[in-house]
Amino acid sequence: MGFTSDFGRRDLVKRAAALGLISVPTMAALSSCATGDGDKTKQVDKGTKSAKNPLAINESASLDVVIFDGGFGDQYAKDAQAEYMKAFPKTEGKVKHAATQKIQSKLAPRFNGGTPPDLIDNSGAEQMDFGTLVSKKQLTDLRDLLDAPSLDDPSKKVRDTLRPGVVEMGQFEGEEVWVLYYAYTIYGVWYSKSLLAKHDWQYPQTWDDMLTLCADAKKQGIAGWTYPGKYPYYLPFSLYPFIAKIGGPETLDAIDNLEPNAWKNDAVKAAFEAYDELQRKGYILKGTPGLDHIQSQVAWNEGKALFIPNGSWVENETKKTTPKNFDMAVGAPSSLDSSDKMPFGTIWASGGEPFIVPKNAKNPRGGMELLRVMLGKKSTQNFIQQVSSLSSLNGGTEGIELAPGLASAQELWQKANPDKIVNPRLQDWYVTLQKEKIGVAALGEMMAGRMSPKECMAKCQKFADETAKDSAVTKYRHK
Amino acid sequence: MRHGKNGFIAGFLILPLAIYAVFVVSPFVQAIYYSFTNWSGLSSDLKMVGFDNYRKLLDDDVFWHALRNNLVLLLVLPLVTLGMGLFFAFMLNVGGRRKNAVVSGVQGSSIYKVIYFFPQVLSIAIVALIFQFAYNPNSGALNSFLSGIGLDSVQPNWLGDPKLALWCVMGVMVWSNVGFYVVLFSAAMSTIPRDFYEAALLDGANRFTTFFRITLPLLWDTVQTGWVYMGIMALDAFAVVQIMTVGPGGPDYSTEVLTWFVYTKGIRDGQAGYATALGVALLIVTMFFAMIVMRLGRRERLEF
Repeated sequence: MGFTSDFGRRDLVKRAAALGLISVPTMAALSSCATGDGDKTKQVDKGTKSAKNPLAINESASLDVVIFDGGFGDQYAKDAQAEYMKAFPKTEGKVKHAATQKIQSKLAPRFNGGTPPDLIDNSGAEQMDFGTLVSKKQLTDLRDLLDAPSLDDPSKKVRDTLRPGVVEMGQFEGEEVWVLYYAYTIYGVWYSKSLLAKHDWQYPQTWDDMLTLCADAKKQGIAGWTYPGKYPYYLPFSLYPFIAKIGGPETLDAIDNLEPNAWKNDAVKAAFEAYDELQRKGYILKGTPGLDHIQSQVAWNEGKALFIPNGSWVENETKKTTPKNFDMAVGAPSSLDSSDKMPFGTIWASGGEPFIVPKNAKNPRGGMELLRVMLGKKSTQNFIQQVSSLSSLNGGTEGIELAPGLASAQELWQKANPDKIVNPRLQDWYVTLQKEKIGVAALGEMMAGRMSPKECMAKCQKFADETAKDSAVTKYRHK
Repeated sequence: MRHGKNGFIAGFLILPLAIYAVFVVSPFVQAIYYSFTNWSGLSSDLKMVGFDNYRKLLDDDVFWHALRNNLVLLLVLPLVTLGMGLFFAFMLNVGGRRKNAVVSGVQGSSIYKVIYFFPQVLSIAIVALIFQFAYNPNSGALNSFLSGIGLDSVQPNWLGDPKLALWCVMGVMVWSNVGFYVVLFSAAMSTIPRDFYEAALLDGANRFTTFFRITLPLLWDTVQTGWVYMGIMALDAFAVVQIMTVGPGGPDYSTEVLTWFVYTKGIRDGQAGYATALGVALLIVTMFFAMIVMRLGRRERLEF
C-alpha cells in the first residue's frame, strides 16, 4: 500500500508536536476554569419580620447546609433542621443537607464559583482557612443573629445566652463576628477516677505531687503519662494552660501574637523543663512517640498510663474501648510552685465546630435562623446527649444525665469560669505553626527525648519568627 | 492522495487529542499560570505575583526536606522492588533444578506466586492501616516479635523515630508492590525460549550466570518499564505518608514528600498559588527522572 513509505513515524511525531503547539494558545481560553467567574448569585428576598421570625427569613426559600461528618456525626444537625422546618412549614422538603469530611475539596469550587451553601460546619482536617475566608470577604457578619432574641427567652439576645469567650472567638479584625463556634471543649489532663482510687492516689495539685505519684505508679508497672505521639499537638492541651498558670495569661497572648522572644519566657522554660522531666525519668509510657491518638487512648483505657492530655471529645471517641467502671474525669494542670501567677484550676476551654454563613450564600438569613434554632434549649440538649459534648450555649445541661467525663468537665468549667479560663488561639490562627511545626517538630521531638527543653524553646521561637515573616499568612492579634 | 490520507489520520486522532487537550494539557497550563499568582483557592480574587512563589520555595526548609525524601525514595525504591521482583520471578520460573524438566521453578512456585501477588489485591489504604498496627511500638506485631525472640531491649519506635520513619514507609511500599513485578517479570520470562537456558546449562552455566547473561538482558525492556512505574510510585507516596506517618509528614519532617506538601499548602493553608508552584517543581523533577531513565535504558533491542 505504500502507506508507511510516504508517511513515516517521524512525520507523525512532528505533526503531533505542531498540533500540540497550536493547542496551547487555545488553552488560554480554558485557563480561567478553576477559579470560575466569581459572579454573585442572587439572594432570596427577605421575609417579614415577626416575633416568630426575628431574622426576617424568607419563609418559603430553600436552605443548603453542609455539615462536617466527624466525631460528632451529623444527626444533631438533621434534628435541628427538622425543628427549623416545623417552625417554617413552607420550607418542608426544601432543606438540603449534606455531610462530608472533605469540606475544602467539596466546597472550594463552590466558593470560587460564587455559589456556596447557606450554612457550613467548617471543621476537621480539611477545614477551610478562616484567615483567607475573612480577608477575601467570603463570610457573612453574624451580628444580626447575635442581636436577635434567643429562641427560648425572647427577652434575651442570642449573644447573652452563650458561654463567655465564644463571641470573641468569632471576631478577627474589627467588630464583625464571622464565625460561631457551636460545640464547647474543655481541655485538660484526663484520668480514670477508679484507677486512682484503687491505688489510693489523689489527683496531684502540685508538680511535686505529680512526680511522686508517677514514681509510685512506675513501681506498680503503670506509666504516668501517655499522649498521641504521632500527633504531639495534643500536648499543648495541658501544657499551654500550665504555661499560663506559671507566667500569667499574657505569656500565652505574646505567643499568639507571634511576639519576638515570646517562647524564651521563663514560664515557658519552667513548663518545658517540667514536661521534659516526665520523659527523662521514664514516666511516659514506652513507645508513646509511635502511637496515634486512638492507640494512646486505648493504652490509657487499659490502665497502662494514668494521664493523657486531651479535650472533652475523648469520652465520645473512646466510648467503645472504655471499661465500664473507668469513671473518666478531667483535671486542671498541676501547679508548678507557689510563685505561679494563676491559681490551681486554671484550664483551657474554647469553642469547637466553627459554623459559618458564606457571603455569597443564596439564603444567608436562613442559615443564621438555623443556627438560632440549634442554639435553642431543645436542640442543645439533643446535641449534648447525642455526642457527649458541651455546646457553646451557656446551660442546657440541667435535667439531663451527663456521662462521667462530661460531668467532670462541666464541673471543672464552672469552678474556673470566668477568670481561670484561658483560650490560646494558636491552633485556629496558625494551624501549620501549631500542629506541624511547634507540635510535631519541636514538642514531639522534646518529649521523645531527642531535643532538650532549651533547643525546643529556640526551635519554637524560630518557627514563630518564620510565620511572623511569611507574607502569605494572615496575622491576628489579641485585643 | 497524500492529503486525503492526512485527513483520514487526523479524523481518527481528533477525539483523543481533544480529550488529551482538555484533561491533560489544560490542567498543566492552568497550573503553571496559577503558580505565578497568589491564589488562595477559596475565592476568585487573585493577582499575579511573578516569581514570588518560586523564590519562597527555594527558601523553604520543608520543601528541601520533601525533595530530599522523594529523591531517596526514587533511588532506593525501584532498586529494591525491582531487584526483589526479578529475583523471585527468576526463582519461580528458572531457578529450580528438577530431574525431568531442565528449566523449572523452585518447588511450590505456583503457591508462592499467589502469595506474592496477594498484597497487590489490597487497596493501599488498607495496607497502610495494617502496617500502622504492625508498627505500633506498644503492642504491634514487630515489637511483639522482637520481645518474643528475647530482644526486649530492642524496641524501636518505628514511625516515631526520625531515623527509621522513612524506611518504614519504604518497607510498606516495597511489600505492596513487589508482587506485581514478580508477575510482570514471570510473564516476560516465559517468552524467553527454553533452548537458551538448555544451551547455557549444557555449557555448565550456574544460576548466577544464567540470570545475568540470559534472563536480565532479554528482560531489559520490561525492567525499564517497571523502573518508570516504580519511579512514579516513589514520587507519589501520598497515601502511605498521609495514613501512616507521624504528623503526617514524619517526626521532624522525616517522611515529608512533595505530594503531601502540595496538599497541606493547597488544602489546609489556603495557599493554592504556592501549592501549584510546588506542583510545577514536582513536574520538573518527574521530567528529569523520565529523561534519565530513557537515556540510561537506551540499548539495542534484541530480537528473538
